[in-house]
Amino acid sequence: MSDVKKLMYVNRRAPYGTIYAWESLEVVLIGAAFDQDVSLAFLDDGVYQLTKGQNTEDTGMKNFSATYAALGDYEVTKIYVEKDSLDERGLLLDDLQHLVWEDEDEDWAEKDSIRLVSRAELADLMADQDIMFNF
Amino acid sequence: MKLTIQVNEGPYQHQAADSAYNFAKAALAKGHEIFRVFFYHDGVNNGTRLTTPPQDDRHAVDRWSELAREYELDLVLCVAAAQRRGIVDDGEAERNGKDATNIADGFRISGLGQLIEGAVQSDRLVVFGD
Repeated sequence: MSDVKKLMYVNRRAPYGTIYAWESLEVVLIGAAFDQDVSLAFLDDGVYQLTKGQNTEDTGMKNFSATYAALGDYEVTKIYVEKDSLDERGLLLDDLQHLVWEDEDEDWAEKDSIRLVSRAELADLMADQDIMFNF
Repeated sequence: MKLTIQVNEGPYQHQAADSAYNFAKAALAKGHEIFRVFFYHDGVNNGTRLTTPPQDDRHAVDRWSELAREYELDLVLCVAAAQRRGIVDDGEAERNGKDATNIADGFRISGLGQLIEGAVQSDRLVVFGD
């Protein structure tokens, strides 16, 4: 595959309750091998997927939240979080995991992966994609 | 136009599975190419040959098999989703020590890379289901 397409994975559901968040993450990790221009968007209840301190012990569900920290190693460096969705849920950026990636062009400088965007900015980003995966 | 279709819902519960089939059939009739149909999440339940709907109802599985035969469609069930939901072919039965298989004619089980490849290779990825 020679041509690089812009892929966006759109995550709008809470991390548990349905399997979509976990299966989305599986697609992202496998899709990373395809060397495409990848970004992730978190909006609506999807913003809960990135929250710190998740504990699933009482529900018997697998806690996969630590996996998000590995995204940088998979060269997934653009994680858009819709600020309106955070505001509506009383969440702050500080409630989310601090996700980073290392920029090999700048001596492996550590950079933030999460970018807060407004609803309108996210709409523009979506309009710019070739492919959207919705979860 | 070259299309990849993603089906996220099982048969009979959700109209998305019917819509995906109807869309595929209509697209093929119009001369479009379907690069692949990828069944994910509960969508893998569209690929079990043990499905037995009432006789006066549509057969959601057999009609995919027939469409695949007619147009040489590539119908792919996600392996992780299929394992979780007990959809098994010969290879999976052997690997996981199962005493039966139930994959329907015309379907195969493979990985998520097939979805990404389909999306990248096609002009459009058309998704059915929530």
